[in-house]
Amino acid sequence: MFELFFYLLRSYGLKVSLNEWMALMEALEQELACSSLTGFYRLCKAVLVKSEADMDQFDLAFIAYFRGIEHRDQFNDAFWKWLSEDVKVRDINDKSMLDDYLLELEELQKRFEERKKEQKERHDGGNYWIGTGGTSTMGHSGYHERGIRVGGESRQKTAVQIAGERNFMDFRQDHMLSIRSFQMAFRKLRQYAANTNLKRSELDIDETVKKTGDNAGLLSLAWKRPRRNTVKLMVLFDCDGSMLPYNRICRRLFQSVSKSNHFQDLKIYYFHNCVYDHLYTSPACQRGEWVDTEWVLKNLNREYRLIIVGDAAMASSELMAKGGNAVIGMYNEIPGIAWLNRMRKFYEKSIWFNPVPEEKWQTVYGNQTLQIIREIFPMYGLTLNGLEAGIKKLMAGH
Amino acid sequence: MIKDWQSQFNGSKDYIVSAELRDAVNISIALKKPLLIKGEPGTGKTMLAEAIASALEKNLIIWNIKSTTKAQEGLYLYDTVQRLYDSQFGDGDVKDIRGYIKLGKLGEAFLADDQTVLLIDEIDKADLEFPNDLLWELDRMEFYINETKETVRAKHRPIVIITSNAEKELPDAFLRRCIFHYIEFPGPDKMTEIVDVHFPNLCEKILDQALEAFYRLRDRNDLQKKPGTSELLDWLQALTLSGIPVARIKELPFLGVLLKKNQDMDTFTEVQEKGYSTKRWV
Repeated sequence: MFELFFYLLRSYGLKVSLNEWMALMEALEQELACSSLTGFYRLCKAVLVKSEADMDQFDLAFIAYFRGIEHRDQFNDAFWKWLSEDVKVRDINDKSMLDDYLLELEELQKRFEERKKEQKERHDGGNYWIGTGGTSTMGHSGYHERGIRVGGESRQKTAVQIAGERNFMDFRQDHMLSIRSFQMAFRKLRQYAANTNLKRSELDIDETVKKTGDNAGLLSLAWKRPRRNTVKLMVLFDCDGSMLPYNRICRRLFQSVSKSNHFQDLKIYYFHNCVYDHLYTSPACQRGEWVDTEWVLKNLNREYRLIIVGDAAMASSELMAKGGNAVIGMYNEIPGIAWLNRMRKFYEKSIWFNPVPEEKWQTVYGNQTLQIIREIFPMYGLTLNGLEAGIKKLMAGH
Repeated sequence: MIKDWQSQFNGSKDYIVSAELRDAVNISIALKKPLLIKGEPGTGKTMLAEAIASALEKNLIIWNIKSTTKAQEGLYLYDTVQRLYDSQFGDGDVKDIRGYIKLGKLGEAFLADDQTVLLIDEIDKADLEFPNDLLWELDRMEFYINETKETVRAKHRPIVIITSNAEKELPDAFLRRCIFHYIEFPGPDKMTEIVDVHFPNLCEKILDQALEAFYRLRDRNDLQKKPGTSELLDWLQALTLSGIPVARIKELPFLGVLLKKNQDMDTFTEVQEKGYSTKRWV
């Protein structure tokens, strides 16, 4: 069926909604595809894809769906007739289909896990167990419309998810944050105050009304100073090798912070594993390209809000011991934990963003240090929920 | 492809469109949805609206977006201060609020007697919420003036072209209502055509060498701002004026013309010296 292409696109991570899908149907009715596959391809691309970043995914999906007919550039009339007819019959259950589908998917995954525990032997055919053929929702080469495929070829192209591939990861709101969601979150970092050294350039309506009234109704304008955001922000990034897997999300965070121009001041420093005597000024963390942590504590006052981004995972000695700094030749008299405690005490409004998924905080390599640091700094995962909670905490302070 | 051949866009004599872009324009006209054009600076995004307007013989209304632009400005402005002023000095008809309502670009396009082409240029310059504030107006092609209790409805639905440099990501709800097209950066063949227009007498050898070096530079993914068409043209100018030998072009002389950011220069020199760069988060 044709609307499987819709689900296929979504499973490829494209955020196609019914809105766009209906627009495509309308376009097909208007014969905008020129009855050719190329025309159809361009039409789909223009209507369904909304970012150049998604185009590659779209192409992959398109190839996957239309493989086999790619050489027959001309569709026959029957094909287009069937497509146009398709539009009319689909209307009734269009609306609820998507939600049901997602619910069903979660439910299906849950059932899949249960069934896996239950099942003890091989099954072919049938409608309940995980197996081949058959109409059960799980297994492969079967005939259920929406099911989980376990291995094998998808013979009917109807299994909506290949177990283990996690194609639907992007559906989850708490998965990967976009630059936009970061920016929206950082916008909340605002605290307004009338800045005394700015020109009075905004019309003060209340005062104008009052003055005009006092002036027996003769217009008399009053001006006030514009309000400015007074939030100062310091961000420390962990640039240790263990952060490499989170490079992409940290980059997004970095870009959205550095592009936000509404802070009164923004300082970005880098550290290697843990904060010691120095904070680096470039992400390469090279010797000499640094400022003393002491200097930062002296010069950047308590008004700064502090965000630390790191996995907080390291060997216990790196956090707790003198000379724990893993960089050769960088013996430290003060253990990392002391520095962290000092920073936390000094910067009352501080939080820690940890890109490691929250459910792994108990088990990840270095979870001991993670737990210790978590007791010092309020720690949040880099998810939509974590981001919101973290920023809220950062505005509220203790 | 569209039944009404009158309203089909096929490019104009000054503006050559790719088949994909041409289709995207026609789809957006047929579906009555705004066309969102993205692409690197200097790929002719703004020119497109002019070309459409002249090809279809319609008036072009340009709404230039700046960082301080509010959605309301595009609809109408109510000049309270002028009215207050007039009320005190007895000028004008103060009782008629309509005299103090000034239509913005969108309002202008709605009330035009013939269909117009409306260009909303560089929408990503504005505030993050700006596109969301225009959803209703672009969808319904109408807006309500609170002061006069009147609804302004489009006489003819304008052809809306929106450009973005991708400085900010646009909200999903807004994207969903648009037809999208990304103008790709011209490849070497297309670029040769473009250069020909600007430097008709350029030596072929220089051009070949320069283009090769240029595209190699563009292929690097550690650059913050990739050089565009205008940088290439400036660079070619510099190369011809200095009379540098063809063989030396691949060493990228006058690099400052191509790379405009300090970080890019740093990264590039580092790579030249060491063969790699450690500047990870730039």
